[in-house]
Parts: sequence; structure tokens; C-alpha cells
Amino acid sequence: MFDEHEIRTFVYGTTRYFEVAAQQPATVGSPYLVTQGAPETAEYTGIINITGRRNGIVYFTAPRGMLIVMLMKMNESDVSHDNLCDLVGEVANTISGNARRDFGKEFMISAPEVVSGNGKDVKPPTGCRPFVIPINWRSHSAKLVVCLK
Amino acid sequence: MSAVPRNAPLRLLIVDDSNIMRRRIERCQNIPQLEVVGSASNGLDALELFCKTDPDVVTMDITMPHMDGIECVERIVAIKPNILILVISALADKATAVEAMEKGANGFLNKPFSDRQLNDALEELLGNA
Repeated sequence: MFDEHEIRTFVYGTTRYFEVAAQQPATVGSPYLVTQGAPETAEYTGIINITGRRNGIVYFTAPRGMLIVMLMKMNESDVSHDNLCDLVGEVANTISGNARRDFGKEFMISAPEVVSGNGKDVKPPTGCRPFVIPINWRSHSAKLVVCLK
Repeated sequence: MSAVPRNAPLRLLIVDDSNIMRRRIERCQNIPQLEVVGSASNGLDALELFCKTDPDVVTMDITMPHMDGIECVERIVAIKPNILILVISALADKATAVEAMEKGANGFLNKPFSDRQLNDALEELLGNA
């Protein structure tokens, strides 16, 4: 079950990063529910764990090419693996900070965890259907995935 | 810790666990009086570097390993009460900002930030000194 206000908060946290840090707004694609298994991850994924009134995970997963262009737009010349991990973690960190402000103490939100590598096993909690929001920026596409119950 | 002569550059220490954030703050700040003297990726390293470099201004992240920014602010202020600290954090709730200010921070800037927002926040910090 999804709460529209919650989804808006996570989407806003994500798109704000593009607009402010990468100086170009992202657009949001048509969201969809994944009925079986977990959505595929891209090369870099920043995950936050949520407990309290709701339980589950929220993650932002993006291809290497998108993150490289984001770094370049931020005038960062070092596009090493470590910096790409760092960037996807910062996006997740912004999503987390935004959620803490909007949801208050009823939600406990972890610091972000970063995983890299296509097809990494990011497991949603049992009994939870992931809600996927495509985040499109320039010619690239990332996903914001919300799995809460 | 020493007082700064009026026309001397102000020494800036950057503390953030994100390498791209540390580099961004160093690259984007364009306040003529500020001279970056070091950067640290956690509160413990920041304290050590603080004692070595004797900065006048610190930018401080909050969520960091080993020692978080709130504790680090408190410990730095205990060493040098007239230090100027700008907290730069993704934690956007009021309670976090209030806690940082109560521990002795002088300003608060939310991540993500534009170059202009960073420089405005630093100018305001220095202007209020």
C-alpha cells in the first residue's frame, strides 16, 4: 500500500538533487508496480533502510553514464569508481534527509548504503511490492524504488 | 588557540565524509578571505586536523562515521569558543539544525546546494562574526 505523500517526498528528494547540484531538472516517468521479485538495479545503487511506522527500503539506482555526466555538470573531473559510489550515496543521503524532515520521528531512516554492479541483489522485504519511479535526466534514466509496508 | 589579525586570511577546514562534497566546497567557495587549510572525512580526523591547523572557519557535515558532526562541533567549540562553524548537511529537519546551533554552530546549509547558496552562507557566517 502506498501513501501518495510519502512517494512525493521521496521523489522530491531525488529530483531536487538533480535540479540544485547538477543544475538541470530531472523529469519523472510513469511509475509502475513490480509484481514479482525485485526491480533490476543499475551499476550504482544507494539504499536507505526505513523502520518504525513503516518498514522497508528505498533506493536510487543509476547507470554509470548518468553519474559521470552529473559529476561533470558539478565540475568534478575525478569520475573514478569511488566518486561514483560517493555520488549515488549523496543522492540517497538527500532522499533520507528529506524524508526525516517530512516524516518526523515515526520513521527511523538509516544512513545510506551503497552497492555497485549490475544486477546486485537488493532485496525488498517479504510481502512488499516495489513501486518504481523512473527518473529521467538528459538522455539517461535512473530508478527510484520504494518498497515499504 | 590564537586570535586572527584583522587582515590575515581566514583559515578554513572542510569536514565531510563525501570526497566529492569536500572537493566541491573547496572548488566552489570563492570568498577572498578564506584559505583552505585542510579537509577531513570524519569527526575524529577533523579534531586532529583542527589541533594541527588552527582554523578560523569550519564547514561541518553531520552524518559521518567514527564521530558525527554534532559531537565534533561541541568538541571544537570547547577548544576554540570563537570558531565559526557552518553545518552543511542533508538532514533537513529543524531539530537537527537547532541541535547543531545549540552545540555552537553558527550557520546551517542544506544539501544539495548551489555554488551561490554556499557562498551566500559563508558570507553570512563571516558577516555575523
